[in-house]
Amino acid sequence: MSETASYAVEARGLTRKFGDFVAVDHISFVVEPGEIFGFLGPNGSGKTTTIRMLLGLIRPTEGEARALGIDIVRKPEAIARRVGYMSQKFSLYPDLTADENLTFYGRAYGLRGRALKRRKEEVLALTGLTQRRQRLTANLAGGWQQRLALAAAILHQPELLFLDEPTAGVDPVSRRNFWRLLYNLAAQKTTIFVTTHYMDEAEQCHRLAFIHRGRLIATGPPGEIKRDRMQGQVVEIICDQPQIGIRVLREAGIPEVALYGKRIHAAGPGLENRLDAIENLLEKADAGPQSLRIIPPSLEDVFIANVKNHNEQ
Amino acid sequence: MMEAIVTQKLRRQFRKTVAVKDISFSIKQGDIFGLIGPDGAGKTTTLRMLAGVLKPTSGQAHVLGEDVVRNPEALRDKVGYMPQHFSLYGDLSVLENLQFFAEIYSTPRAKRADRIARLLRFAQLEQFADRPAAKLSGGMKKKLGLACALIHNPRLLLLDEPTNGVDPVSRREFWDILSELHLQGVTILITTPYMDEAERCNQVGLMFRGELIEQGEPEALRQLAPGEMLALYTPELARTEAILPELPGYIAHQVYGDRLHIFVADAAATKPRLTAFLQARGIPVQALYVDEPRLEEAFIHLIRQARTETQP
Repeated sequence: MSETASYAVEARGLTRKFGDFVAVDHISFVVEPGEIFGFLGPNGSGKTTTIRMLLGLIRPTEGEARALGIDIVRKPEAIARRVGYMSQKFSLYPDLTADENLTFYGRAYGLRGRALKRRKEEVLALTGLTQRRQRLTANLAGGWQQRLALAAAILHQPELLFLDEPTAGVDPVSRRNFWRLLYNLAAQKTTIFVTTHYMDEAEQCHRLAFIHRGRLIATGPPGEIKRDRMQGQVVEIICDQPQIGIRVLREAGIPEVALYGKRIHAAGPGLENRLDAIENLLEKADAGPQSLRIIPPSLEDVFIANVKNHNEQ
Repeated sequence: MMEAIVTQKLRRQFRKTVAVKDISFSIKQGDIFGLIGPDGAGKTTTLRMLAGVLKPTSGQAHVLGEDVVRNPEALRDKVGYMPQHFSLYGDLSVLENLQFFAEIYSTPRAKRADRIARLLRFAQLEQFADRPAAKLSGGMKKKLGLACALIHNPRLLLLDEPTNGVDPVSRREFWDILSELHLQGVTILITTPYMDEAERCNQVGLMFRGELIEQGEPEALRQLAPGEMLALYTPELARTEAILPELPGYIAHQVYGDRLHIFVADAAATKPRLTAFLQARGIPVQALYVDEPRLEEAFIHLIRQARTETQP
């Protein structure tokens, strides 16, 4: 029998080097069972390498990790049967129908006969693909292909599911529907470990970890990260001459200055105490300030501030 | 102010499929116009017609005063077009790619070195000038693609999902460059699957099934979400959804992860009523608060509405 695990994923000092390059640098974290865990970071920050270690596909250089209580170094083959994985470039066969793709993947997972048939029906129903099962995969719209890839990844009823940028390039409506499926899976006690570049999706995770240059720079629920990890404030500024405004704010040494339509968002430490001074500067430069107000930071603001801060250290 | 783009009943069919359905719209000079919508809505087809690389089936479009059907050649000099799958030469360096595009666009030799140096600085690629394009990160490739599209100083940029698959930090850098161009007076038409990027535009258009169903400033479009919004967290999502229509003042709802966004006529007044309503039915409430709808909520509402309208 398999070991009982208190965590779905547990990593301690997990490290992976490629030659001199440290792709993943002593990261430690846990993922609770039934949780949707968002793993965020810029391209090349170590996300996919971490997932590949947790899947038992590559060995860590140092440190240890367990997935569903199974040691990823000692028993990598035991992991494959109990976890699901949907990669960035999921490999469906375009010239097979949706149904045939599921048969193919089901057999690869060792499902046969009645059990295979039953699971296929279940995942088709869950992903809403029953009506489209006879379509050629190549003829399915992007959002439906994504669902099919998810259906294939959960055929063998994994307790833990790794999704690597599952919704890249998918439109907002399809992404909402896809996330609804993830919530249904999580409600049935499947643990979900997901990477994404969409901050609105990150907001929907139970907990997040930010990884940058191989190191974890923040972990926690999205609300908590937004509250505790933003060093400084975001000020929304409306002025008649945004072009002048942007220049003045940059010259004043404010680290983040960005234009949103006609409004300027300025972010940095200690801005709440500088509102009057900033307004004076804008006034003097004839930028025509109309209003300045502190707004709550978005998750993206917090993410970018943390990455920049980490870069400077 | 002069219009940078004007279309009249612009249409494109691929055999029986109408990809773009008689759309008429205009974009002012100096705008950053964000075109958003689901996959297959017709965004890319529209951009390709405006770039003069695809002929409309019928209708008209003028881009910077030039007729896209009669005079597509004239567009080449005035418009910078970055298609979705922008092809850089992977084995050429960053600098060589720029030199190559300068050649194609017959940039005057005397100005070439100067302009390339300026673009490298602008796209923050100076340190990487000698690196082969194939060895750049995703975000840097996009910046190089943009720099190539800017080689001939175009007054209009057509960008087709330039930030797709790019991480948040690189996306922010890319947008800072676009804002800079916007402030210099360049008109930008951009398609994106990211709703937060739509907020950075000063005009937004929503495309659905080949039609432009809304156009306006982001602030104005946000107001198109139906009524006011309550955010509700409950472990009983499905049951709550089933009974919500019985709630007095209920207009619509959307599921957002583990929370429900409920649209009602008067959010503040409905809040205590909703708590009582759910408690009476044995549904636990983890959190309930009045929240501002974002562009995303408005769009999902508009798309749903358009879907019901087109159904027979």
